[in-house]
Amino acid sequence: MAKLADAVRNPALAGREFSAAGVKVAVLPPAHRISLRAPTQSVAALSKALGLTLPQKPKGSAAKGTRTALWLGPDEWLVMDDGAKDPLDACASVDALHSAVGISHRNVAFSVIGVGAANTISAGCPQDLSLGVFPVGACSRTVLGKAEIVLLRTAEDAFRVECWRSFSDYVYGFLTEAARDAAA
Amino acid sequence: MAEPFRISGTGRLTPARTARFTFDGKPYTGLVGDTLASALLANGVHLVGRSFKYHRPRGILSAGAEEPNALVEIARDAARKTPNVRATVQELYDGLTARSQNRWPSLSFDVGAINDVFSPFFSAGFYYKTFMWPKAAWKSLYEPNIRAAAGLGVSPDQPDPDHYASRYAHCEVLVLGGGASGIAAALAAAESGARVILADEQGEFGGALRFESGAKIEGQDGWAWAQAAVAKLAAMDNVRLLPRTTAFGYYAQNFVGLAERVTEHLSNPGHDLPRERLWQVRAKKVVIATGAIERHMVFADNDRPGVMLASAARSYLNHQGVAVGRNVGVYTANDSAYAAAIDLKKAGVSIATIVDLRDNPTGPLVDEARALGIEINHGRAVVKARGKLRVSSIVVQPKNGGAERTIPVDALITSSGWTPSVHMFSQSRGKVAFDQETRRFLPGAYAQDCVSVGACNGTDNLAAAVDEAYAAGSRLAKEAGGKAAKGSKPKVEAGENWTGGMLGSAPGAGADTTVKAFIDFQNDVTAKDIRQAVREGMRSIEHVKRFTTNGMATDQGKTSNVHGLAIAAEALGKEMPEVGLTTFRAPYTPVTFGSLINHSRGALFDPTRRTATHSWAEARGAVFEDVGQWKRAWYLPKAGEDMHAAVNRECVTVRKTAGLFDASTLGKIEVVGPDAAKFMELLYTNPWEKLESGRCRYGLMLREDGFIYDDGVVGRLAPDRFHVTTTTGGAARVMNHMEDYLQTEFPNLNVWLTSVSEQWAVVAVQGPKSRDIIAPLVEGIDLSDDAMPHMSVREGKICGVPTRLFRMSFSGERGFEVNVPADYGLAVWEALWAEGEKHGACAYGTEAMHVLRAEKGYIIVGQDTDGTVTMNDAGLDWAVGKKKTDFVGIRGMARPDLVAAGRKQIVGLKTKNPKTVLEEGAQIVGNPSQPKPMTMLGHVTSSYWSENCGRSIAMALLMDGRSRIGDTLFVPMQNETIEVEVCSPVFFDEKGGRLNG
Amino acid sequence: MLLIHCPYCEEERSELEFRNAGEAHIARSQNIAAISDEEFEEFFFLRSNTKGVIFERWRHIHGCGRFFNAARHTVTDKFLTTYKAGEPKPDLDKLGLDKPAAAPVASDAEAGEPKPKKKAVRRAPAKKGDA
Repeated sequence: MAKLADAVRNPALAGREFSAAGVKVAVLPPAHRISLRAPTQSVAALSKALGLTLPQKPKGSAAKGTRTALWLGPDEWLVMDDGAKDPLDACASVDALHSAVGISHRNVAFSVIGVGAANTISAGCPQDLSLGVFPVGACSRTVLGKAEIVLLRTAEDAFRVECWRSFSDYVYGFLTEAARDAAA
Repeated sequence: MAEPFRISGTGRLTPARTARFTFDGKPYTGLVGDTLASALLANGVHLVGRSFKYHRPRGILSAGAEEPNALVEIARDAARKTPNVRATVQELYDGLTARSQNRWPSLSFDVGAINDVFSPFFSAGFYYKTFMWPKAAWKSLYEPNIRAAAGLGVSPDQPDPDHYASRYAHCEVLVLGGGASGIAAALAAAESGARVILADEQGEFGGALRFESGAKIEGQDGWAWAQAAVAKLAAMDNVRLLPRTTAFGYYAQNFVGLAERVTEHLSNPGHDLPRERLWQVRAKKVVIATGAIERHMVFADNDRPGVMLASAARSYLNHQGVAVGRNVGVYTANDSAYAAAIDLKKAGVSIATIVDLRDNPTGPLVDEARALGIEINHGRAVVKARGKLRVSSIVVQPKNGGAERTIPVDALITSSGWTPSVHMFSQSRGKVAFDQETRRFLPGAYAQDCVSVGACNGTDNLAAAVDEAYAAGSRLAKEAGGKAAKGSKPKVEAGENWTGGMLGSAPGAGADTTVKAFIDFQNDVTAKDIRQAVREGMRSIEHVKRFTTNGMATDQGKTSNVHGLAIAAEALGKEMPEVGLTTFRAPYTPVTFGSLINHSRGALFDPTRRTATHSWAEARGAVFEDVGQWKRAWYLPKAGEDMHAAVNRECVTVRKTAGLFDASTLGKIEVVGPDAAKFMELLYTNPWEKLESGRCRYGLMLREDGFIYDDGVVGRLAPDRFHVTTTTGGAARVMNHMEDYLQTEFPNLNVWLTSVSEQWAVVAVQGPKSRDIIAPLVEGIDLSDDAMPHMSVREGKICGVPTRLFRMSFSGERGFEVNVPADYGLAVWEALWAEGEKHGACAYGTEAMHVLRAEKGYIIVGQDTDGTVTMNDAGLDWAVGKKKTDFVGIRGMARPDLVAAGRKQIVGLKTKNPKTVLEEGAQIVGNPSQPKPMTMLGHVTSSYWSENCGRSIAMALLMDGRSRIGDTLFVPMQNETIEVEVCSPVFFDEKGGRLNG
Repeated sequence: MLLIHCPYCEEERSELEFRNAGEAHIARSQNIAAISDEEFEEFFFLRSNTKGVIFERWRHIHGCGRFFNAARHTVTDKFLTTYKAGEPKPDLDKLGLDKPAAAPVASDAEAGEPKPKKKAVRRAPAKKGDA
């Protein structure tokens, strides 16, 4: 039997982007993601395996190289890696109590960049996105319009927005429409 | 002559900056900076509308958002028509097209005005009393005719082409109202570094400084100071200025809704800007600086066009340079109308007379009026206004009766005093208190973290108001975490100060009269109506309001409320505070639906969720159905096929060869941890501890009350890892249900739940050829029956990508469910399809899936169950772990009612005529000849044509159903009674041999 | 829209991120299969429906995902406090928070002098809505 070609990956909305005055919304390429759950006593071992210190403060995140860990709840992190290494593999060797579940394909990510970035997200997100309350590196699961998102501030004028795959049409549509109004 | 009533040298507008507009088709010219109202007045137009009930001619009463009369339609094009726009708020732009409303055939001759003649019949409560009988006439006759005749304006009949925006905003200090007080509060707060939002409904900030010619602040004219202060605020990073923005609703915990009109004042708005923007502001502190609203005098025919508020006349003069008449009468019970008379007189307008209800008014304004040679008739009342389409004269009489004198006027400006605007305070659930001394309602006990300042707080003196506002702004900003204000408070060198006045009806419109003295112009409510309401037994002001409609609808009692209350109190012989004030409700002024829904239209109305294979099915002409937010392929017709033919073909093909079905929408939850099995034991009825890794089980979930909640196949991937599936509709709530128990009832279990619904795309391959289809694509999994029997799960690769491969069946055929990471879903589907085509397989949709499972008697939770069905009812007793001592629902399912005889059980139904397909939801009876209402034994839950069985099949919930198998029952329908035989719900392959076929 | 302090996120967040989850401090029996019909009725069906301070559960479903408890006044809608699941009921007298911060607007409320009534009970499902 001849070796069949590997299945082609079709990421949702691949390559789409939208620019308006002062803000650009772009669909980010696929990334490795895991949902990591663990009690406090396992954090050190998991941090070591992942190569970054898992944040333990609400809205906190930690980044090292291509890897980012987002605090989503008191025992929950979203660990993402834009590089080649799947954090799932790093966790597989950890004996300490935890649950690591691969969700690389569950989410679609967007970048929202520009002076109007915060305004764009504020069209549908009720959180206070001022730098004092939501500084660079802050992250949170929250809502955007009628969809749930995970929001990470990557720079003063830049955010990463993650949503579930089937909500990506809605979230992208919402962000682009909001971006039109964001320069005001 | 252009603009006959524009007085050169007065006002703040630039004469060269003209704007053309039309009103009822007639062209006019105004100036940039005009409102539609001021531009009409500049052209001598007072008649602008007809009243709601009596169709009386109406003019412009005010110069602000309180306007009850001058409601017009603004039309940009066929689709952009806005009814009920306040001409006093609408800023003029070049090309504006306005039309009057509520008149036919024309504004000056309106057939509906006959209602005025018959007004004795249209008194308060008329509708409640008259159209009671006959009952049937209400729907067919009365309501359509009343609806056609009543109401103001016409809704646009085309889709709204504009777009609307939304913004959540957060600040330390939100200031509502941009008059002197609001600006002062904003300055103080902003200087402390706090984030400040200042909102005002007008196009320019300044509030009453627009007309208060006597105000001097920081060495400048009040208006000039306001503009300078606002420019200073605009330059600060921590300040957001929102002009043309109305705070319409004050909700819990300082959550305030603001509606910003972004393009309503623009001649050519273009397509980029939203028409309106909804601001949802969460403020740590709110400063309410909403000012006061002047009240009109209540006397006979006080609604004639040309009768208006004194402050409005002054605003039109001092801001827009427009005289409201050439020979203006004044009727007042306080000083503020004097200021208007003086300004008009100085601008060269003749003042026919000042009629002052007070006996011996004194003070500098009275002296100045006298010095200017204005006749003052004190101790007298205007008892009637004459003139139909425009006031022509007033009838003046000593207030205690006596000789009447008629004085010709072409406008009459009135003031009975000022009402603090406590709408926002009241909406915040603050409690107003009646101030006996000044006879007005003022903010009392606060319910939220806000402060009222200035005129809305009863602080009448400008200097005091600015002091109060500045201090409040500074203090609130500091409390909210700011520093002390760096600036200094604005010095008020001169200001105006009005108190006093009167409430209720003036002489000549008292209890002994039958004249039409209006208190609520918008709802056509007169003083007489209020008294009638009291006579007819209304005691509570809330009842009076509903009986008369006083202060209802969009007006929200801005000009009418306290007049109505005073008259009701008088008629009841009570003090005003005993009668109480009605509640002020949101919205303060109407808010468009566009603004409220903003982005949630069209594709953004609700998320539309699509699976990874959506495009494939769409390209093949699939018809989709909505399942919650999901779009699922319902059936995939070939050319020339209707739904029936397509579904029949799909069903037959699956059983003959195989079919591919997108099952991606099923909920999937990964349950991970050393206590995973223990947790599964508690959440599902089934036993899980002994399920081997690599095996699957049909899991049944109950609620605590013992009823079926959800079901799905669960695979054990490892001792500490389960892959749980749920129904499509149940995905989110099952996850929540599981989290709830895990976090709050079983928090000591070491297990975690992760939703992987969207991680995995799922292709169900069902049918005798299913293994042959997947086999060439699968690597690393032995697909033989021995190695991978029915109800097992393996991890390996398909098409080179990871898969969780389930051997399971919801069709009764040998079947697999191929889970692959979602981004590979389309490619794997296409590969499977290519293999399938070699075997003559089809793609099938949800309808065929439903038919196939019904042929096998498999229930669908939510279709064959409705939240009142037990395991036993559904014939699923086998799914309970008999040795278990605890699981959710274990006690509930043992409740007496749930184990009693006579419960409805799931059975099959075969119609006597095999071609007849029952209707889902149809009722089942034993004897179709029994009298109505018949005793109903159950109902049809699922019903289909089954091409595989060559007949119709149905499932039903039937009382004692299993003991009735073989019985003949009846399904009475509108045109026929259908005879059915009760049978087992398994219609096809009863022994289940095909699972391995 | 309410502003709710999440004891896990240590921050006030919009109600949009939360979902109410019914009355708090109703313990499921460790030996539920053995309880009587009356005990089951009390546990599952009977709720206090208080006019005044209630203890209720919320889930920060679009945030940290945690269930937690709150004391809220049902007339003013004001939260007196929120606390983590599993923590004991706070002593409201000690907090000095047992009084409503403000009465509702007088004329709109059913003029109700609080009548001492028998404990009002109402049948209601304890958890979420039906399937």
